[in-house]
Amino acid sequence: MCLGVPGRVVEWVDRDPTFAKAKIEFGGVARVCSMACVPDAEVGEYVVVHAGIAISRIDEVAARLALEELKEFGLAEELEEIRDSMAGNQ
Amino acid sequence: MKYIDEYRDPQRARLLIAEIRSRASQRWVLMEVCGGQTHSLLRHGIAEELRNDIELIHGPGCPVCVTPAAAIDLAQSIAMQPKTTLVSFGDMVRVPGTQSSLLEIRTRGGSTKTVYSPLDAVELARRNRNEHYVFFAVGFETTAPATALAVLQADQLGLTNFSILVAHVRVQPAMEAILRSPNNRVQAFLAAGHVCTVAGFESYSDLSKKMDTPIVVTGFEPLDLLEGILACVIQLENGQYSVENRYARCAVEAGNIEAQQVIDRVYEVADRPWRGLGEIANGGYILKHKWQRFDAAHRFAHLQNESTLPIIDLENECQAAEVLSGRLRPTECSAFGKECTPDLPLGAPMVSSEGACAAYFRFGPKETVLSQGNQH
Ligand code: SF4
Repeated sequence: MCLGVPGRVVEWVDRDPTFAKAKIEFGGVARVCSMACVPDAEVGEYVVVHAGIAISRIDEVAARLALEELKEFGLAEELEEIRDSMAGNQ
Repeated sequence: MKYIDEYRDPQRARLLIAEIRSRASQRWVLMEVCGGQTHSLLRHGIAEELRNDIELIHGPGCPVCVTPAAAIDLAQSIAMQPKTTLVSFGDMVRVPGTQSSLLEIRTRGGSTKTVYSPLDAVELARRNRNEHYVFFAVGFETTAPATALAVLQADQLGLTNFSILVAHVRVQPAMEAILRSPNNRVQAFLAAGHVCTVAGFESYSDLSKKMDTPIVVTGFEPLDLLEGILACVIQLENGQYSVENRYARCAVEAGNIEAQQVIDRVYEVADRPWRGLGEIANGGYILKHKWQRFDAAHRFAHLQNESTLPIIDLENECQAAEVLSGRLRPTECSAFGKECTPDLPLGAPMVSSEGACAAYFRFGPKETVLSQGNQH
């Protein structure tokens, strides 16, 4: 929950300040996430997503590193949660 | 990826370990603040490798672990209300309150649901206006923007069937409280890199100077952690105390301004109790008065002291307070691995994947970054 998951911005969906959303891809899974805190992130950039909202912009190397680290504890569960959440609510 | 290998290079890890050893004239006591760092230190055997050179105390850096039992009790009472669903992150449902966990409350007819994001709870409320949804907002500065945004969205959607039970905590006041506690042993901090990506670390300067304590912003990678430890040791040996950023690839001094603005619009800083550490000045957030209509603590105030369940005092057996403040290693707890396991946790540090007891249970003090030779 507290660990962010890095993903790549694939497509902007909504530019409203409160409801800003983009499709973000996480190692094969794509989910629509809030972009309210990274309004300037562009398609192709990497962001770290906490609890469904993108919270920081990072470069590709940092993103890949963070993914590696997550693989070792909990990435499977985090991705599972992302998948589940899409089945239910998106 | 060449760059990743550089961050994992066992040769470089050995050099860093050797340098830490040669620089440390005494067994300095360091605390890593974040539960993710605790896991990495154990997973890669760094804590074990450096055991005779540096003492690593595992800090209270697991939000689930520090959520007060009273807040969990209130969440349970809310879940028992008619036409009301308590929504939370997955980890939270298994944490024991004073008597039971949210998962157990389901078997008694309580309504709970887990989601990946607080924004999903807003969506639930939007789709089903006949049910009241309460989001149990726990976490550090990393999750606070998400729950704050949920309130802003609910407001814009005009929802009257959504509220949040706020139990957010702030990391820096807890670091200060630990340093100020009379039996404190911590001499330097590895600050939580990912919390700094949101909150920044400008405010650490004062703390570092005021308390003569090195604070090094650190990531999770083995080499990040070793570099962080080395930076702390160098400062301690030189008697010079400042804030250093060893996580520059993610954290910037100012943090994420947009995220801070979202937090500021919705929350204000307040004194808050931390499980295991007690009341901490400025230790958390509460909703601003203008959002009172979304405040579950206000809406369900009449439930605050309600107790309808049989009393089994879980706190008696669990020594989480000792573990969270670094006075006891998880393996020294008499229940560790016996009465208390991740499947049947007695206390929060065994529940959360970020908790120190779970980390010891999972990885033990066995593997080391050196014995792994080449990790790829
Ligand atoms: S091992 Fe279990 S009972 Fe002991 S301190 Fe950790 S969570 Fe509590």
